[in-house]
Amino acid sequence: MGIESHLGIVTTKLDFLVNWSRKNSLWPMTFGLACCALEMMVAASARHDLARFGAEVFRGSPRQSDLLIVPGTLTKKMLPYVLRLYNQMPEPKWVIAYGACACTGGIFNTYNVVQGVDKYIPVDVYVAGCPPKPEALVQAIVMLRKKIEKETLKDRV
Amino acid sequence: MMREKIKEIIIERFKDQVSFDDNAKDMLTLELKNKDMLIKFMEFIKENEELAFNLISDITAIDYQYRNPRFVMVYHIFSIKNSERIRIKLPVGEGESVQSVTSIWKGAEWLEREVYDMFGISFEGHPDLRRILMNEDFKYHPLRKDFPLQGIEES
Repeated sequence: MGIESHLGIVTTKLDFLVNWSRKNSLWPMTFGLACCALEMMVAASARHDLARFGAEVFRGSPRQSDLLIVPGTLTKKMLPYVLRLYNQMPEPKWVIAYGACACTGGIFNTYNVVQGVDKYIPVDVYVAGCPPKPEALVQAIVMLRKKIEKETLKDRV
Repeated sequence: MMREKIKEIIIERFKDQVSFDDNAKDMLTLELKNKDMLIKFMEFIKENEELAFNLISDITAIDYQYRNPRFVMVYHIFSIKNSERIRIKLPVGEGESVQSVTSIWKGAEWLEREVYDMFGISFEGHPDLRRILMNEDFKYHPLRKDFPLQGIEES
């Protein structure tokens, strides 16, 4: 990227510009399933301050969100609603499986719990822990930002 | 004290149609010998002015897999007036249905739905007998002893 200040022109790659704007305004959806959701709320609070990454605006509607954080135990009864919310989110969209339950089912190896949300929706970043600390979510956001940097427009038509 | 008196009142009305379990120390426990007397019995303990068992605490069931009849319905009922609880058991065979007590305690509706969902015991006269915990297209009854904890594939 070069800035020609005397001409008032910025030259850059389109991929770079688009990814730069996407990664700096990751708006997550307000969505909580279990105890992991409390850690997620802490991550958005003043101490950990997700606003540093532009990801503090938890939207109340899937139609305004870019990021679906699945925080907690996903039961089979809840699954249709998660799928509906995911489908309502406009592209581009990313998913973080937050906590052991969302990643693999965790300790709930039973008939009523989905054994990993990645069986139904594509997951970008997995966060281990039961529940993971808020720092882990911050790191997941950082990893997701790096992933977004590498995307090209050809991948998401 | 009160417990003995409740027992007397019930014996006076139902005599040998009920059998008391004296090993149960936590609350008065009895078993009904006949399924058809359930509604009559429940109405009696609710409407009787001295007993006044007017609050349904819990309805559940037990699966004795190898026993015949297989299931036992368990009703926990509380009397606000006497501050006393009573536990009523009723044996039910597999595939049989039980009369619903929703006409006596409205609060029994969801409790009976839970028993229907978890054990597959159906209730006659229930206003809205659907699954309450599991999803609608689930085919099994998870609290039965022969259901594996980790579930059945494609369910």
